[in-house]
Amino acid sequence: MVVNCQQVWKEISNYIEGDVDAGLRVALDEHFGTCTRCKSLLEGARNVVQLYGDERMIEVPTGFGRRLERRLAQGARVRRSTWSTWSAWLVPVAALALITGGLRWANSLTVPHPLQSEHAQPGRNIPPDMVVVVSAGAKDFHVPGCDVIHNKDKIRTLTAKEAIREGYVPCVRCMRKYLQIASISPASSEPVAELSANVEAEDRTRSR
Amino acid sequence: MAELNVVLSNPEQGTTREQELIAQVQRGQTGLFYELVRPYERRVYAAALAILRNEADAEDAAQEAMLKALANIRQFRAEARFSTWLIQITVNEALMRRRRERTRMTEAIDDHRDEEGEYTPRDFADWREIPSEALERKEVRQKLAEALASLDRKYREVFVLRDMEQLNIQETAEALGISVASVKTRLLRARLMLRDLLAGGWEQGWFSRLPFEKGTKPW
Repeated sequence: MVVNCQQVWKEISNYIEGDVDAGLRVALDEHFGTCTRCKSLLEGARNVVQLYGDERMIEVPTGFGRRLERRLAQGARVRRSTWSTWSAWLVPVAALALITGGLRWANSLTVPHPLQSEHAQPGRNIPPDMVVVVSAGAKDFHVPGCDVIHNKDKIRTLTAKEAIREGYVPCVRCMRKYLQIASISPASSEPVAELSANVEAEDRTRSR
Repeated sequence: MAELNVVLSNPEQGTTREQELIAQVQRGQTGLFYELVRPYERRVYAAALAILRNEADAEDAAQEAMLKALANIRQFRAEARFSTWLIQITVNEALMRRRRERTRMTEAIDDHRDEEGEYTPRDFADWREIPSEALERKEVRQKLAEALASLDRKYREVFVLRDMEQLNIQETAEALGISVASVKTRLLRARLMLRDLLAGGWEQGWFSRLPFEKGTKPW
């Protein structure tokens, strides 16, 4: 069997996989022995497979493992309590009490502002450890990759809690979209009302 | 780190430990679940990122997928690879989220375009081997990540699942809901396109303007 270059290109990937029959393998080996162009393609494709298969090619955001562990722990707690039927009602009651209490406490600490427009909604359910980006001279914080970030060359990464502490407010476009998606999933996070109340309380303590 | 070395040097031991953990979690010790998935958390994230292309979405999808894996741990059967099972759940979660967003018209149009016809490689110049050690350099990893990100969605997803996540061809096809033949075609193109994108010399072409100190190698 003799193969030409076009046939070789079609089979290079299968050849790397070891997914060609014996006859074709011999023919391909012969071709690679004489055709430097196809040999170069094969070496390049093999190198690509080897490089991208390296563990170092996978980079995760800082704190990813810690946040996953925490969310799993929260999920496991909920599962355990739902298993024991006699105590299942405690979870929603306790959650309701916490949320109500937290919101009242937050409201008592913050000065109520009338909302200026439909866009001026307070951010809710923003996970404090969520990774967000801010840029110099701007006032919003964004989900990484948001289309409306100004001064993209001057952005820096921080957590939502830090961004709020520094006076940034949620971007109405990307954060709303992100939180709408997040609110569909049963993620349980501390509400930002509580979060910003904590931040403000800390700031007041510091300013005294 | 010491634990990791033990697992790597003795895969049998690692597998046994994993089986023990799976059995314990299946019996209700859910607190051990993170220990069970920790070795795969990076791969789980990468699978979600390949589909969603946004770090925050990928992280949330990865977390949600792991919660679903925990909720369904009793359905896991020992004949399957645990890592593959986790990645398949993650891919499902990510695909479901992407379907929920209806703003992918451009990529949807791309989908029908270029599977016909054969891919003709662009660059036949001698391939200059990029050694694994070069991955220590952030610029090299960045360049590779950019090349991957520039691929069309269908090529990128197949390539990530097969060559980065190490699923086999059949598993990749099942995870993405496409045929084995499509996986093979897309994989071939992805590999050749990446080769084209990275050809031209990583030492001369990519970083020729980077100021290195004379006489020193940066890795």
